[in-house]
Amino acid sequence: MSKSNKSHRLINLFLTFLKIGILTFGGGYAMIPIIEKEVVEKQKWIDQSEMFDILSISQSTPGPVSVNTATFVGYRLAGFWGSFFATLGLVTPSFFIILLISFFYQTFLSWEIVSATFLGIRAGVVILLIDATIRLKKMMKLTPLTIAMFLITFLTISASFFFNLDLSIGSFKISLSIILIIVGIIIGLVATSLTKGEQKQ
Amino acid sequence: MIFFELFYVFFLIGLFTFGGGYGMIAMVSEQVVTRGWISDTVLSDFVAVSQSTPGPFAINIATFVGSQTAGVFGAICATLGVIMPSFIIILIVAAIMNKFLHNRYVKGALIGVRPVIVGLIFATAMSFLFKLVFQASSTGNLYVPTATYRKSLTIFIMLLGIYIGYRKVKKKSPNPVALLGISALLGLIVFWIL
Repeated sequence: MSKSNKSHRLINLFLTFLKIGILTFGGGYAMIPIIEKEVVEKQKWIDQSEMFDILSISQSTPGPVSVNTATFVGYRLAGFWGSFFATLGLVTPSFFIILLISFFYQTFLSWEIVSATFLGIRAGVVILLIDATIRLKKMMKLTPLTIAMFLITFLTISASFFFNLDLSIGSFKISLSIILIIVGIIIGLVATSLTKGEQKQ
Repeated sequence: MIFFELFYVFFLIGLFTFGGGYGMIAMVSEQVVTRGWISDTVLSDFVAVSQSTPGPFAINIATFVGSQTAGVFGAICATLGVIMPSFIIILIVAAIMNKFLHNRYVKGALIGVRPVIVGLIFATAMSFLFKLVFQASSTGNLYVPTATYRKSLTIFIMLLGIYIGYRKVKKKSPNPVALLGISALLGLIVFWIL
């Protein structure tokens, strides 16, 4: 690839993900169809089956799905700098919009009409989270072990919220959620190696 | 130093976020609310704000907390922090893509992580619901009803009815932005009637 061709591609990556960043409301999963449309159909950078692999990986590695996908698509197209510009494009619109909101947030909330609106919205957020629980529960394999892990996580985190637990050693804060996620990973790995053992017998 | 702390806290959060953003709310609450950077109510409000603005929740919450805590440079540090783990991990994984995807241990780890994430989200839902109705009293760990608990509970029950009805009829999840629009409208109505 010639030098001007490459910088052209980097600019294109940046602009495409900038557009995706502006267009997606409602977080990571809402982004997936739009990324597919831009990258596979419009730009024809990547074919459908490779896109499917990229999306599977993006959902199974840590970090927000959309950032993972942008980094990955960028890398496949133009290496490290491709990743860099795709991710930069994705993040830029959010960054400036939220910065603006953050500056005016306190003023907004002091208006009665806004506080009335938020009275409703706070209840709406609870419904959204309940809905997310139901949706994700469908993707979960229901075994006694996974149900137990769900319950333990739910009860531990609820209790820490209720009692306002602040677990810290000096300035280091212990995160119960992170501990539970690590326990989940370990249980998953142990279960995998045990099933391998059974197959051998 | 606040800038380094913002970067470090959001790096940690980014490293342990899987899938959509809702699982990370519990982590933000543990790390950010207990540091006094933002309050639980602001966090809950921000979930709605983030649903109604473009971009992923992780980026939005990082930018917001960074900016509220330490201005524009704080926002940059927090956002960089939350992106960095993704960026590094994907760069490594992209090089070994096929092996990674078909590795049974990777699949196993994901099966193990999923119930934890669902548990985190459900616990967040219940704690937000609890905080609609109760607040900590100034005398310690006891809870007292909030000033607006009757209105909040009325709105919640109405929304729950609408939500259950919608799922029964349409057999799918409602559009989040539409749901929040209805919530806002109910908020306005109930605020001036009750």
